[in-house]
Amino acid sequence: MSAPTQSEAEIESRLTAIGRVADGIRRFFDGDIWYSFKSSRIAVVAGIVTLVIFLAALFAPIVAPSNPYDLATLNLLDAFTAPAWIEGGSSAFLLGTDDQGRDMLSAIIFGTRVSLIVGFASIIFAMLLGITLGLISGYVGGITDAVIMRIADVQLSFPAILIALLVDGVVRGLLPPNRHADIAVWVLIFSIGISNWVQFARTVRGSCMVERNKEYVQAARIIGIHPILIMLRHVLPNVMGPVSVIATIGLAVAVLTEATLSFLGVGMPPTQPSLGTLVNTGQNFLASGEWWIAVFPGFMLATLVLAVNLLGDWLRDALNPKLR
Amino acid sequence: MSLAGCSRMTSATIRHDEAPHPKLRVDGLKRYFDVSPPWLNRVTEGRPRQTLKAVDDISFAIEPGKTLSLVGESGCGKSTVARCIVGLYRPSGGSIAFEGVDFASLRSRAAQAPLRRRMQMIFQDPYASLNPRWRVFDIIAEPVRAFRLLRGKSEIVRRVDELLRLVGLAPRDGEKYPHEFSGGQRQRVSIARALASNPEFLVCDEPTSALDVSVQAQILNLMKALQRELGLTYLFISHDLSVVYHMSDSVGVMYLGRLAELRDAPALFAQPLHPYTRLLLETIPDLDVIGRRREPLAGEVPNPIDPPSGCSFHPRCPFANERCRSQRPELAPVPGGAVACHAVAEGRLAPDD
Repeated sequence: MSAPTQSEAEIESRLTAIGRVADGIRRFFDGDIWYSFKSSRIAVVAGIVTLVIFLAALFAPIVAPSNPYDLATLNLLDAFTAPAWIEGGSSAFLLGTDDQGRDMLSAIIFGTRVSLIVGFASIIFAMLLGITLGLISGYVGGITDAVIMRIADVQLSFPAILIALLVDGVVRGLLPPNRHADIAVWVLIFSIGISNWVQFARTVRGSCMVERNKEYVQAARIIGIHPILIMLRHVLPNVMGPVSVIATIGLAVAVLTEATLSFLGVGMPPTQPSLGTLVNTGQNFLASGEWWIAVFPGFMLATLVLAVNLLGDWLRDALNPKLR
Repeated sequence: MSLAGCSRMTSATIRHDEAPHPKLRVDGLKRYFDVSPPWLNRVTEGRPRQTLKAVDDISFAIEPGKTLSLVGESGCGKSTVARCIVGLYRPSGGSIAFEGVDFASLRSRAAQAPLRRRMQMIFQDPYASLNPRWRVFDIIAEPVRAFRLLRGKSEIVRRVDELLRLVGLAPRDGEKYPHEFSGGQRQRVSIARALASNPEFLVCDEPTSALDVSVQAQILNLMKALQRELGLTYLFISHDLSVVYHMSDSVGVMYLGRLAELRDAPALFAQPLHPYTRLLLETIPDLDVIGRRREPLAGEVPNPIDPPSGCSFHPRCPFANERCRSQRPELAPVPGGAVACHAVAEGRLAPDD
């Protein structure tokens, strides 16, 4: 008698969304990926560093000692204060201040936030574009594939910086200068995204061509599932492994590209400084002895990019069946 | 399970009485592949277009509740026939009719859906035929959802549980992912998925060739039991003649995209007529005659892009003469079926040879 009631209960538990999510989380912590993460010391350190930076950026208004955007709190008399542990430093400004009297620590935390927002947004944009075109290219094949891949080849022969400079230049030409500062962030996201979609498209296309010939895709075709649904439900989940690796390393690249562009003065404006803008500002004072204005944002940038890159490397190894 | 089986059987019988069509009729089926070198190479190196005739003019019919097997070496086109029938390939010529309804007459996906539901496929590789990211429950439920056979989650859950029991798995197994199963269990899942839409006709593309011999027998017995219970009709693709002997009512022997011999299974195994069939049967290991000297199969399968003239088997055939080299034999009636061989037709080849 107990057997049928038990199976009814099982049926119910199987139907609840929360049960599925809880099961998914349990599976993740039981799974290979988590085990591989725990046993790699570099991955754990890189993961913690990345997590701390992400959290600091996310909760910047709470974490940072002051709000660097709030001009009312700035005092020009505080300008060029050295870091706290150096003579002339003040305990109010742990990492010193810049030429405006802004607290460097706060500026770096808020700058990291800007850098990460641009990095994430542009890589998500690149991912959406690349995955869509890659899936279409790999699944449909033929002339469609040829056209998309030739565009990708042409795109790949231009360095990302050049494309970003080009887009930025065009937008600057089209818009009045006072409007430019408002949309600078969108220009950056678009131009960094557009210069990174090719890798996603190529990887997804390759995996898609492998997957589409597997029999489970054919089984779905036999029962007449629409090609778009096959791509989304069957093929996409099976190509996400390599995509996640590219996305992680791509995030580091995007942050770096953003910093480069901002350093060159075509990225984030000084009113909304990213890490690159801060380094750019700081390098004016490098020769005159106020090294901290450029060095600390640069150090932060290097740490962030290194940590994310190491995570990406670990992820690539963890997802590579040949190295398991 | 038994209820569903009964209703399906009666409906199939009624339909059969009304229209005396075979379950599946394949008539003059052709499937050519364009294997030309890329356009640039054709232009610069002057290389011609090339066509691979994977399936070239094949006709057969399968009666309801029966099993027809297609056998032959790798690359003879048997899987291509299967793929054409289930709609994965568009035929280059000929017709495929399910209970008298020609698939070519149904243009849209929507118009074909009612027929497609009644026809499913079991695949060769149980490791590639199940989506590794999907739970077994969702894999088996997919056809039910796709054809909108049941409404409501609990009904689908009940149906999937029923299917899992039908193929000898437990309802709990629906929660697992394919990698948690062995090859034989995966093939059971694959069969459950194929049965999910209540089909009457199953195309089985070498369903056991990727399995251990001990597991092969289990799967074959399961398939036979399902055929009895649900009144299924099978098209069985295999290169393993002992499996074919176990499963079939009739057998089609394919060579280079054409049928060499199409006969009732008992007749074929008792008295193979076509020299190629004889050769295939010769290669079956036999415990009763250990140490018998065997005729090694001379030659290799010719390049299907450039098949031999006349009878495509003539380069390997010990009985070939001038006519075989120049004129292609057509299927001609013999006891229990048909054979495409000049030597048999002319009586050059004694049946008891």
